[in-house]
Formats: sequence, C-alpha cells, structure tokens
Amino acid sequence: MSLTTDPTDLSSFEDPMPQILTLDRRLAELEAHGIFVIREVAAECERPVLLFSGGKDSVVMLHLALRAFAPGVIPFPVMHVDTGHNFPEVIEYRDRLVEQFGVRLVVASVQDAIDEGRVPDPGPTGSRNRLQTQPLLHEITRNKFDAAFGGARRDEDKARAKERILSFRDAFGQWDPKNQRPELWRLYNPRIRPGEHLRAFPLSDWTELDIWRYIAVNDIELPAMYYAHRREVVERDGMLLATGPFTPALPGETSRVETVRYRTVGDMTCTGAVRSDASNAVEVLAEIEQSRITERGATRADDRFSEAAMEDRKREGYF
Amino acid sequence: MELLRFATAGSVDDGKSTLIGRLLHDTKALFDDVIDAVAATTARRGGEGLDLALVTDGLRAEREQGITIDVAYRYFATPLRSFVIADTPGHVQYTRNMVTGASTSDVAVILVDARHGLKEQSHRHAALSALLGIDHLVLAINKMDLVDWSQSRFDEIHEQFLGLADKLGVGVVTAIPLCALDGGNVVDRSPHTPWYQGPTLLEHLETLPIPEPARNGLRLPVQVVIKPVVGSGAGPLAERRWYAGSLASGHPQVGDEVVVLPSGTRSRIAAVEGNAPAVRIQLADELDVSRGDVIAAAADRPDVQPNITARVAWMNDKPLRPGGHVLVKHATRTVKAVVTQLHDTLDIATLTSVPGAEQLELNEIGTVTFITALPLPVDAYEVNRTMGSFIVIDEVTNATVGAGMIVGAPVGAAQ
Repeated sequence: MSLTTDPTDLSSFEDPMPQILTLDRRLAELEAHGIFVIREVAAECERPVLLFSGGKDSVVMLHLALRAFAPGVIPFPVMHVDTGHNFPEVIEYRDRLVEQFGVRLVVASVQDAIDEGRVPDPGPTGSRNRLQTQPLLHEITRNKFDAAFGGARRDEDKARAKERILSFRDAFGQWDPKNQRPELWRLYNPRIRPGEHLRAFPLSDWTELDIWRYIAVNDIELPAMYYAHRREVVERDGMLLATGPFTPALPGETSRVETVRYRTVGDMTCTGAVRSDASNAVEVLAEIEQSRITERGATRADDRFSEAAMEDRKREGYF
Repeated sequence: MELLRFATAGSVDDGKSTLIGRLLHDTKALFDDVIDAVAATTARRGGEGLDLALVTDGLRAEREQGITIDVAYRYFATPLRSFVIADTPGHVQYTRNMVTGASTSDVAVILVDARHGLKEQSHRHAALSALLGIDHLVLAINKMDLVDWSQSRFDEIHEQFLGLADKLGVGVVTAIPLCALDGGNVVDRSPHTPWYQGPTLLEHLETLPIPEPARNGLRLPVQVVIKPVVGSGAGPLAERRWYAGSLASGHPQVGDEVVVLPSGTRSRIAAVEGNAPAVRIQLADELDVSRGDVIAAAADRPDVQPNITARVAWMNDKPLRPGGHVLVKHATRTVKAVVTQLHDTLDIATLTSVPGAEQLELNEIGTVTFITALPLPVDAYEVNRTMGSFIVIDEVTNATVGAGMIVGAPVGAAQ
C-alpha cells in the first residue's frame, strides 16, 4: 500500500506535513469524523470523560480531542481504569501525556475496589481484566459522568461491529444490543435520562491499519513497549507473556529473553507480546500489512474464552 | 486511497450474511484465527468446511435465531479502494436499521433469491434507498445455482427491477448474477455464466463512481465555540473566538463574505484552520454566534424557514399524528417542533403516495410538515444531504423516532 496516495487531493488548511507520509482522503475523512463526534458529545453532554489506557487507540483519540478544541483546551478530564497490573512504562507515559495536554486525570482503581470489597480478590496472579467494569462504573457514577469516550473500533470484534457510535447504558451500565437507537447520517442524539450514561466511540470506523498510519503520519509518540525491545518472556497457550511479579513462570515453563513488541496495552497477566524487530511506526505498519492474525486473537487471553466473550462483557458495562 | 461506503439489504434467507462473508473471505480480509473459529463452529453444528454466514452474525440472539438483527459494519480493502459495508437486516421490524445503514452509504446492494425474485421487502429496500438519496443500486441476484444459472430467469428479475427503479427515479441500476455459496461472480468470475459480460460484484464496487459532495456554497453548522488560550501580549485576533464544525459544503477562504443564520448578520472570514471538513474559522467582526447557527456563503445561502416539509421515515411504535409535539435535530441545532400536517403516506407495494392518512405508523414513510420554534436554515435533501436532513426525537423518552428528508422549499419561503 502506498502511503503517499494522492496528496494533491487533500483539502488541508494547515502547513504541509513535514513527513513523507500524508493524510490521504480516507484518513482525512476518518479524522474529521472522529473530531465531529467528539465535538458533538462535548457540546451536548454535561460531564463527558475520555477513557485513556495509554494504548494506541486512546492516544489517537486524545490527539483528536486536542485538535477538536484547538487552540483552546480539551474541555473534559481523562479516566484511566488502573488494574494495578500495569506495565510501568505505560503509567509513566500516561502521566507525562496528561501533563503535556493539560487535562485532569481520574483514576478508577481495581486495587481500591478489591480493598473496599466491591469486587472479589482474584489473588496476586489472577487476571484483573474482568474486574475493570465495577471500578469504571463506580467512578462514572461518583463523578456524575454522563458520557465516556472510548477508543473501541468495530473491526476488533463481532459484537463491537454492531455497536453504534453513541451507545447507551442504563442505570446499571448495561448495553442492550437489541434496543439500539437508530443512528442516521451524522445526526447524533446524545440525550439521556438522569442515571443513564452513554459511551461514544469516535474511532468506530478505523481499522488497526488506519490507527498505525495516523500515528506514522502525525509522528505521535506511544509507550515504548509498542516497538521492538528485549524482554524476559514465557510462552503460554501460544502467547508470549512478560514475566514479572504478577506473571511468574509456572512450573515446567522456562523464561527466556526475546526481541518482542506489543500490539495492545492491557493487564500484564493477559496481554501477550509478539516477536518483532519493528522499531518505529513505519516498520510496524509494514509488519501488520503482512500479518494474518487479528490483533485481539493474537495477544488477548480475555477474548478467547467463548465466542460471545466480548458481547457478554459489553452487556455488563465493559468498555 | 478512496473510501466507498455501501449498504447491503435483502429479505430473510436471501443469503446476505453468506455474501458478505464470501466478499471478506475472497478479498483475503479474514484473518487466520477468524477462519479457524468459523470452521470450528461450522463443524460443531454438523456442517462441513466454512459456513461464511457465521463471519458476520455477531450477537448471541442472532446465532440462536439464525437471523441478523442489527446493522453490522465491516471493513475491507483492495489495492484500488477501501470499503465500509453497512450490513442491514432484512426483517420488516428492523426497517429502521436499514434506514440507519443506508443514510451514510453511497451505494446500496440489494439481494434477491433467484428462485423467488422480487418480494415486498425488495420493494421496501429499493424505496428506502432511493428515498435516502442513493442514486446507484446494485441488484445482486443470488442463488443462481438453484435456477441452473438460467439467463432468462436473471433477465426476468432484472426487467422487473428496472421497472421498479424507474418508478423510484433511481439513476443507475447494475444487476449481477451470482452465487455467494460457491463464490461465483462475487470476487471471481463464475464458469457458469458465459452469457454474462458484466463485472463481478467486487469489480463493480471497485470501479463505480463515488457520488460527489454537495455543490452548494459554504455551509458550516457551528458545533462549538472555542476560546483560545492566549498569553499576555497576544494581539486582538489571537484572542478572538473560533467557530468550529464540519463543512456541509463549500471551501471557506479568508476574505469570503458570509452570513450567520438564522440571524442574518454579515461578516467576512478572517482565518481558517483545520483539515476539511473539520475546520474552525474566525470572523472579521465580533458577532454573537453560538452552537446551532450556520455560517453560510452570503451569495449562496440556504433558505431560512419557520416550517419544514419532508419525507419522514417513522421508526416508533407510537404513531406520528398532526398536533404532536416533538424535537427536531437539524445540523447542530435541536428545536421544539409541532406536526402541522400529514400530507400523504407511501404505499410500498405500488410506490404511490396515498393522501388522507390520519397517522404515520411504525416503518411507514409519509410527507409531513412541521412548524419549528426557531426558523431553520435548510436546503432540499437531494441537493445537500447534511442541510436537508433531520431526525425526530421523542421529548419524553429521548428516543430517535423518525428520519426526515426535506423536500424542495415551498413557494414564498422567507429569506
């Protein structure tokens, strides 16, 4: 695929991009649509919040928010659902970006939820991924957030493929897939009743490739773990898991140091790495274009349990 | 790269999910793990090979009932184009989802079963597509293997459909004989249709002309007003407010004469920034402009009208009646409105307008006049989709209950 498709077609009012890469018509349309959704929800909702994990999708979303309100400030806070099992470099990156963008950070802590008995303790090495829903809804209620921007894309999963750009959650945070609001043209209807909230997905129509192309074109910084680095890993269920205090090698497993990168950022106990030498966004792009395994299938143990795993978690109020 | 958005519609059992699965499979858009999961599920149900319909049916209830409930969006790309498919359900009770999928599409692919030909649902899908301004319909005549790839059967259905499209005023119809199950004429050419000289479905989607955007002068519905963050010593222009939105049409340039609607105040563009269509502009004069206002070219402005007449697709169990109070969201403004008149309803079977109805029922289409609490700057839908469309919102439930497409301005409209 050429990354310099038809640069003359770009109706840009900004200075030309300094890189060789340019926004082609598709990427320009996706960017404009994402900005449109963010502005609509921010204008019509009282208290929006942007869900920020430090993952590449949420980083792109935050960049769109910056562009949506430039030269002013982003008029809402960001929220990180912190499993307590984070890669340390992601937390460091998160704090730096929040400072740089001048936005307020709200942390929804899974550890706090465990300590306060709001969720069961899965033990020191158990997966905390499913436990994110409770603290997320807890903070949404406590802060009276009425809209939460999420970086989910429809190409990620069969259930997400059917979700609207604005997705409604009842007072229990639940999604009712059979009763979704018709979404016509670009006329979004974000009206809700007290106690309800909505999720807004400005990146719905982006694919993984689009995200990487946008990152490459705009030279957006990501947590370093997205690029090739040396790391101690064990191979488990066909995935490479980083060894650490939450994911020790099990009996019979031997850890070894490999050159890897991550395709998604999540809980250390269930996010796997892939062997890779790609050291920047352009090289990652080239690698993905060759790849024959979807992002979630390759590296997320949480989606492997059943065909309906994502649908079930969404119904409960997951992202 | 160009982006083509197309909707797919068909009746129950026309094989639409299989067709989309086939399109994704044969364009190599499916990854290995997805193919493995589909093969495993097919085998678990006692089938053989790949049941491609399983690729798209995502919700548990759909798998249980073996039907498609909601619009699913799919993405694939070829070296020539990238595509967004809005896969819409066939059942009459999900017509509102068909309208949802078609409202953002450039082209509609309408599926029929070669054995059964056109059904009432086919009429409905063609009528809704035409109503939503889709001027290019692709008639995919599926399951050709079950009619022995008969050219006369293909010609017969094609003829009937051309008559339908003619009544609806659709500009272009392309009919393609195919078999989603074996893949014939979807991506690869079928050996069974030597009599067919036209393109395969994919070849057609890769080459058909993408509709051009609206040709009106500038229309910028204001989404947000941005106050810049400025340090001390910044000049007066740096402190001036920005009006941000998505262009419905036009190419704003510094110095252009504009008018703010509905107030009618005039000014000039002082600055433009952003990647079109998501732009922000500053005006040369300090004006009171807020969200919902439309900044338009002074020389080519939309009509500002206290009432609007539109074709309305109704999507609520509770019918629409004259005298009813609703909310109308047009561009970036939501206003109170009252239904003043229901002129006629559309008979889907005969495609004729029938006067005299007292109410507009769920899944019906009618011509309706509303009076709005604030005059709205509008264009006819056929000229400008953004400035000519609106949604109807129920004041009590907040549900989106109708989709409106504005018909040409009534005589004597206020400027």
